[in-house]
Amino acid sequence: MEFYRSHVLICGGTGCHSSGSADVMEVFKTELESNKLENEIKLVQTGCFGLCAIGPVVIVYPEGAFYSKVTTDDVPRIVSEHLLKGRIVTDLLYHDSVHDDEAIKSLDEVEFYKKQKRLALRNCGVIDPEKIEEYIAFDGYKALGKALLESTPEEIINIIKASGLRGRGGAGFPTGLKWEFTAKAEGDKKYILCNADEGDPGAFMDRSVLEGDPHAVLEAMTIAGYAVGADQGYIYVRAEYPIAVKRLNIAIDQAREAGLLGKNIFGTNFNFDIEIRLGAGAFVCGEETALIASIEGKRGEPRPRPPFPANKGVFGKPTLLNNVETYANIPQIIHNGADWFQSVGTEKSKGTKVFALGGKVMNTGLVEVPMGTTLREIIYEIGGGIPDNKEFKAAQTGGPSGGCIPAEHLDTPIDYDSLARIGSMMGSGGLIVMDEDNCMVDIARFFLDFTVDESCGKCPPCRIGTKRMLEILNRITKGQGEEGDIEKLEELGKNIKASALCGLGQTAPNPVLSTIRYFRDEYEAHIRDKKCPAGVCQALLQVLIQAELCKGCGLCVKVCPTDAISGERRSPHVIDQSKCIKCGACMEKCPFKAIVKG
Amino acid sequence: MTASILQDEKLMELKNTIDEFKDKEGPLMPIMHKAQELYGYLPVEVQEYIAKALDIPLSDIYGVATFYSQFTLKPQGKNTIGVCMGTACYVKGSQAILDEIVREIDLKPGETSDDFNFTLNATRCLGACGLAPVIMINDDVYGRLVPSDIKGIISKYRTK
Amino acid sequence: MKSLKELEQIKQKTLDAVNLRKERTGGTRVVVGMATCGIAAGARPVLLAFLEEVKNRNLKDVSVSQTGCIGVCRLEPMVEITRPGEDKVTYVNMSADKVKRVIAEHVVNGQVVTEYTIGAAQ
Repeated sequence: MEFYRSHVLICGGTGCHSSGSADVMEVFKTELESNKLENEIKLVQTGCFGLCAIGPVVIVYPEGAFYSKVTTDDVPRIVSEHLLKGRIVTDLLYHDSVHDDEAIKSLDEVEFYKKQKRLALRNCGVIDPEKIEEYIAFDGYKALGKALLESTPEEIINIIKASGLRGRGGAGFPTGLKWEFTAKAEGDKKYILCNADEGDPGAFMDRSVLEGDPHAVLEAMTIAGYAVGADQGYIYVRAEYPIAVKRLNIAIDQAREAGLLGKNIFGTNFNFDIEIRLGAGAFVCGEETALIASIEGKRGEPRPRPPFPANKGVFGKPTLLNNVETYANIPQIIHNGADWFQSVGTEKSKGTKVFALGGKVMNTGLVEVPMGTTLREIIYEIGGGIPDNKEFKAAQTGGPSGGCIPAEHLDTPIDYDSLARIGSMMGSGGLIVMDEDNCMVDIARFFLDFTVDESCGKCPPCRIGTKRMLEILNRITKGQGEEGDIEKLEELGKNIKASALCGLGQTAPNPVLSTIRYFRDEYEAHIRDKKCPAGVCQALLQVLIQAELCKGCGLCVKVCPTDAISGERRSPHVIDQSKCIKCGACMEKCPFKAIVKG
Repeated sequence: MTASILQDEKLMELKNTIDEFKDKEGPLMPIMHKAQELYGYLPVEVQEYIAKALDIPLSDIYGVATFYSQFTLKPQGKNTIGVCMGTACYVKGSQAILDEIVREIDLKPGETSDDFNFTLNATRCLGACGLAPVIMINDDVYGRLVPSDIKGIISKYRTK
Repeated sequence: MKSLKELEQIKQKTLDAVNLRKERTGGTRVVVGMATCGIAAGARPVLLAFLEEVKNRNLKDVSVSQTGCIGVCRLEPMVEITRPGEDKVTYVNMSADKVKRVIAEHVVNGQVVTEYTIGAAQ
């Protein structure tokens, strides 16, 4: 093996990829070659570092220099200054990664990482996900070896049970119990499934694990296969994640070649193999029975339970189904023991949770924190607060199944149970921050629009009930709300929750009910005063030019797409309301902040 | 079957995929993905061909094709514009981006232009939430957008 | 894969390569001054010689990096070596030939090669 004096880690996660990291990687390659450094410096494309907001991210070791927003134009400087001459290019460093005296902080000292504890993401941004040796170098596949050679299936299940791990896909069912049910189920053939159909809008932690550490999922599924007595696994992954699919395919090939998948793994008589199945864009397929139907090649419609998949799952056989993040925890639990995992988290929720932090927050990206961390710590300390000095209004967790959490609950330590108590849920881990400019009625409408579109149509409460709720919300946001609408929404919501067939329908009213619970006044303002306090609902707004502030510069006239603005130069302009489409382009352009929505 | 749609070359490739998955468990979805990739949509002739090859009713195939949003029964434009309507993008103004694109190319979401140059979709979360709001044109991702960026981006994909 | 031993072998083979990415390991640090003056004085061959030697001897826990101007241009190429728990030692007027001895005596055996150090030169 070559000895490299320096490693350049370039994030190849979807966020950075979208910001152009592949081009940055290419320029690094040619620059290193033209400086004859290619045998001294190793280029590594890794998984997600988490700080997507400042991508593309490049970290240079051994110094640990953390470069952010690197463009192809920056690369020659980094190579000639830093890599050739050893002078760190300070002005390209992420501002929070350096001390006041310009010394480089270790990653643990950077605000964004300080409060994090990376278990599921431990290898993301550290290893090259396309090299099985690097996974092995960080103790990969050791847990599988230990399990197969030194433990019985019962012992493995007992460790998972004792660890207190709960399903990271949303509902938080104890993982060990699921394993036990499947192990005890009678059947000549059993299956291990991985739910990588991450359809929750605003959640991308599973994608990052698959892209950054695919072998962890393969190893965990193989361990699960041994524990419950299965020899075939399927990973059901969204077709929208091409990078994840590519890396999974590479990882499966490498594992087969190394004899870590296939026949007689570790010289035992245990056989296991994994195949990938692509989803095709149906949110409901994240529900377990729908996912199973989809793998079988049918319409992805859920069915009533029982029988549970543990007894009658894919192709009618006992099936174990866990999500990606749950699996990502398994190898470490086997490796470090149940007590180690137990020591992190709260009484009833052990370990960590990965959140996809998005919306109105400075450091958008992926964060992994111990269960029990408060929203305030996540949003203000890790996330760096709300941009533009705006005021926090709500945090949305759990996507279309979850709810909006207002400022009064910012100090609630988050775990499965505390989130359920305040009317939301953990869900898969999307965490969207909203500020004063977001209308809560509009957000509720947004989620309902989503569930109506994604409802499979099998059961009437979901198919018809959510549609009726959406109609009411549409009316309210258009200024046609009536007295009694709020009560109607509450009643419909309660009934749908009680009677829908699957998790999608049962949780669909949550965004509406939680916003009514905490932001009833906003609903009332829409209905009674025909006003949208946040200035979002177009039908309730007018865009107006404040005559006393307008200098008549004419910039707004140029930018208006519908020619709705007119006026003499150097005198106040006016907007023709019949032409105005309220796009807000003039507001953005006005140098005097003379244009307002109201 | 019309020869124009079932071109030999594509059909051979489809047949290979069918042979690969035919005897495996749950073969339909991988085969339909391949067909969609080859033809860009699922013409009824292709659905009939798959039905015959797998010996299942055409209605099953049609049922699956219409259930999943990634499968389409209509030909798509040369350039597919996907505007992310995930939550993170939505709270950061993706609706205004979509409105701007609708104005710029005069298509509603789900429509394809008459010259088959553009198809516009309002898509589910693309997973690039850190860059919200985001649009994707074919495989290119554009992030941190404001409505005034749209004109310039779209012009790159207009037919000369 | 047949045994844990086989897995361990793959791990050990790759470990040195990835160790570099761990935060501030306690190993020996070799830092070569590589500003314009250093490069002009021949720091590149010195750096390459260190890399070669570390590789040939398969040394664990040694990082070789470079830094900017160390400050005494007339004594370039300069190299700083820090072993865990020991003070930094600065070598001056280094050449590729001297590297072998510094690695053998100082990095491996902990014996500072006094005659090459900055103290001896002044």
